[in-house]
Formats: sequence, C-alpha cells, structure tokens
Amino acid sequence: MSTFFADGMTIARRNLIKIKRVPDLLIFATLQPIMFVLLFGFVFGSLAGDGDAAGYREFMMAGIFAQTIIFGATITGAGMAEDMQKGVIDRFRTLPMHPGAVLFGRTLADVANNLLVLVVMSLTGLAVGWRLRDGAVNALIAYGLMLLFAYAFSWVMAFIGLKVRAPEIVNNAAFMVIFPATFIADTFVPGRSLPGVLKTISGWNPVSSITLVAREHFGNLFALQPPGTSRGQLEAATKYTWALQHAELYTLIWIVVMLAVFVPLSIRAYSRAVGK
Amino acid sequence: MSPQPAVIADGLVKHYKTVKAIDGVSLEVPEGTVLGVLGPNGAGKTTTVRVLTTLIRPDAGHAFVAGADVIKQPQEVRRRIGVSGQYAAVDEYLTGYENLEMVGRLYHLPRREAKARARELLRQFRLEDAADRPAKGYSGGMRRRLDLAGALVARPPVIFLDEPTTGLDPRSRGDMWEVIADLVSGGTSVLLTTQYLEEADRLADDIVVVDHGTVIAHGTADQLKDEVGGERLEVTVADGARLDDARRLLERVGHGDADITEHTRRVSVAVRAGTRSLIEGVRLLDEAGVEVKDIGIRRPTLDDAFLALTGHRAEDDEQEAAS
Repeated sequence: MSTFFADGMTIARRNLIKIKRVPDLLIFATLQPIMFVLLFGFVFGSLAGDGDAAGYREFMMAGIFAQTIIFGATITGAGMAEDMQKGVIDRFRTLPMHPGAVLFGRTLADVANNLLVLVVMSLTGLAVGWRLRDGAVNALIAYGLMLLFAYAFSWVMAFIGLKVRAPEIVNNAAFMVIFPATFIADTFVPGRSLPGVLKTISGWNPVSSITLVAREHFGNLFALQPPGTSRGQLEAATKYTWALQHAELYTLIWIVVMLAVFVPLSIRAYSRAVGK
Repeated sequence: MSPQPAVIADGLVKHYKTVKAIDGVSLEVPEGTVLGVLGPNGAGKTTTVRVLTTLIRPDAGHAFVAGADVIKQPQEVRRRIGVSGQYAAVDEYLTGYENLEMVGRLYHLPRREAKARARELLRQFRLEDAADRPAKGYSGGMRRRLDLAGALVARPPVIFLDEPTTGLDPRSRGDMWEVIADLVSGGTSVLLTTQYLEEADRLADDIVVVDHGTVIAHGTADQLKDEVGGERLEVTVADGARLDDARRLLERVGHGDADITEHTRRVSVAVRAGTRSLIEGVRLLDEAGVEVKDIGIRRPTLDDAFLALTGHRAEDDEQEAAS
C-alpha cells in the first residue's frame, strides 16, 4: 500500500512535468472554461430568467462548474489511452512498482488541473457578477466536493481510456455521454422546469446533485427566483426528488460507488491491457 | 553444486487466436553469461522476452528468472531484472535525467541514490550534454542508450535486451556493442535477442536459434557453424582446364564430393584437419603442377548456419516485413 502512494506520487510528478513541457494543453484547458462562462452567461442569459440576465449567470455558474470538471476527466481518459500506446508503459510494467500507481498518479495530476480550472472559472464568474453569498466555509465545502466528484469520475474515464483503441475515441465517446448527462440536469435550465421524462432523469442525475450542492453552498439557490414565488416554494420545487433533497449524501454515495467500482476495475484493466 | 542459471524457460507456450507466437520455447542462461536468441521477425523472440519479463502470461510452461517464478512471483522478478526493448521505453517529455531518476524511484531507490545513479549512468552512456534536454529531441541512438541506461538503474543481476540495435546506424550499433560488452564483463547475466548474426557472434556466449515459435538449434557460435558442415578448403585455379584435376586432388584431402563452380574456377571440399588439410592441399596441387590463384580454409558464417537451419536467411524476413 505504501508503494501505491509513493509510486503514484512519482508518476504524478512525471505527468505534471509533461504539463510544464507542453503548456498548450494548459492554455486550452484554462481558456475553455472562460469561454463557457461568457458564452453561456450572455447567450443563454439574454433569454432565460425573464430578463434577469445577471440572475441567470449567478444561477448557471454552479452548472458550468459541474460540467467543466466532468469534461475535465476526459483528460485523464485520453491521457491514459495515450500512455498505453507509448513504450514507457512497458518500462513501467517491468518495474517493481504498484500496478495501480500509473492510474493513481494520472488521476492525482489531473486534480491539479481541475484545481486550476476551478480558480480560473471562479475569477471569470466573479468578473461577470457571480458572488459567493454563503461564506468561505460553505464555498470551500462546495469546491471540495466538486474536486472529489471530479476525482472519482476521472477513474471512470481512466477505465474507458484503458478500454479504447485510440486516445481520440475517448473524447468522442465521452462527448456522446457527458454532453447529454450535463444538459439533462439542473445545470443550465432549472431541472424542475424540464418536461416529463427529462425531469425525472434530471432529478436522479448525479450531475444535478453535485450542481445543487455547489449552488446551495455558494448561496446561489435563489439567484433565479420567479416573481410571485416564495423562497420556500422555490426550494421545494427545486428539490423534487429524494436525491435532490439529500444532495450532499447522494453525491457522496456516487463518489464512493464510482471509486469502489472503477479503482479496482481500472487497475485490473491496466494489468491486463498489455498482458495479452 | 553449480550455481542456478540466471534464466530458465521450460516449454513456454503462448497462442493468440490464429497465431502460435511461441510454441514450446525452452532455454537457459547460465549465470554471468550472454545468451543470444537469434531468429527472424515473427519467430517468437519478443514474445519470449515479454513472458520472461512478466509482461505477458504464458499459456503453458514455466520460467524462472534470478530464482523467482515468472508466473507466481512477477513482482520478485521485476525487482531483479532490467529490460531494454526494441522500442525505446523512455518518456519523451522528460529529460534524460528525469527519466532515469523516475526509474530509480520506481525501483524504490532512496531519492538521493536515484539522483546520483541517474547522473552516473548519463556520464557512462555519454549523455551528459543532453541530460537536461527532453528525450523528444534525442536521436535514435541516444534514445536507445537512455533506454539501456534505464535497464541498469538498479544494477539488476539479469538483463533482457530485445533487439537493442535494430534500426540503428552502424556507428550507433558499434557504440551499443561496446556498452553491452562492458556490462557483461561486470558479471551481469544477459539474454539478448537479435536478428543480426554478427551481433550474436560478437556478444553471445551461447546462441539459441528460434524459428516459428520453437528453438531449432542451440550451441556456441562455433558449434552452430560446425553443425552446418564445418570448414571447407576452397581453391581458385588459374586455368579453367585444370578444374577437374584440382577436384580429384582435393577429394583426396577432404571427405565427400568436392563442389565445382565453373565460372569462378573454384573448387571446394569439406575438410576436418584445418590447417593440416590446407598444407596437404597446397602440396598435392603443387606436385601436380596446378597453378593456384587463391587457396584457403573457409569457416561458415552464422548466416550459413542460419540458412541451413531455417531454410531462409535471417534478414530476408526483415525486408519482407518492411516492404
């Protein structure tokens, strides 16, 4: 177990050095969230919220945070797929290192990436009027939980990365799944106003629960308050499923389940990927 | 009691859906020696190395490396081996130094030792000037040297070199040979695969020839050459009209029928007594007044041996594969 952490740190360092050597990756990883905040905030904002564009921007920030960190996990998957094609993996697999270390190091390095993205997005959000209205502690809880969720999800993507034949496929496959998963959720349009089946999906979608956790801890839950509804009514309408009523717990359950399932699955896939 | 061999493979089998990659490979590397595994592309050399270095599990057979069971104790094996592959296993975004330091850390050397060892190897492999440049910019020969250095980081007792010079230019190949020769003189046991007969001849104590997934011959370079028919006495006569006389005389010196190649005016016969046969041949030809342009004992090359054993030349396959 100790080699799992020590070797993982060695690999994480290697991945961070790569980011330093190929800064283009970092530049696009930070420009993209800026673009999303501005694009969604002003394009959708002009239409949504009954003319309350500023309110909409505050509402959707939590959604964009969730979407961005989830998309960020594809970097883990693509990076893993790319690694598996390189000769250096053969070197790793003949060294007496822990079989999970390459995965652990990769996911760890991507936390650094996510951290940076969260900072950049927060600054952009603040620039367009978004505010943290529920204190620093709650904000930290929101950030912490988002990072944890992203970390757990990066193991899911690492598994996919190990199973595909080429790194490009990770991005395509991820797009097909993540795009709907982050739109049929309480992210850009309030989940409560979605029609029929979509509303049910959104109500149980973990993307909704992590978004709601962030929105609530940022104090943005009432940013978009329809005229004539009280805060109590709005909160009740927003939390229309058990998952949304217990958003923290529900999110934690997902984090634990994703880790419990995909850490061992990915390590096994890694051990077997070349060992055919 | 004689020491246990550094590598023992016994009946290794690995089949893929349609291909029998290896089909019962057995070999041994006595401690402190170099075994050359010789064979064309697709013969099963790389698969054998991948099994012995714990990268793939065999379908059948047993293997022990430095006393550890490859199948049951892969982690033990990994602690005791160094591997350098056909495709340089270096991280191209890391510098030469960072690559070696990382490998040292992953062998669980203490941080200071990993750093010192990295510097030492870079010096030894003449990569000092490039030490702090990303490996991406290295030439093919430099990458291979860095890769080989990676295999030596933990001073493992057993080293596997899978076609260490394939694709290198002659100069880089010569450099690699020197490095490997040094290594062996230090007492390391080496299993080396190659499709270059010259390489096996030069570096290996023992050679196994692999073709179609099995070992088809085993011995020293000399033994393999002898197996093909040993030495021949070869004579080129000045006058084509005397070829037949020469043939009769040579058949008295050697054994079996002599071969005649008319357009080169050359006669050759298998001999057993080496230099004595040569002297006798010269005497007989001189007495009979046959003028000789050239005479000598020719030893078969490993190429001849390979051709005789497999029915094709070692490097034909490479060209086929490349075309």
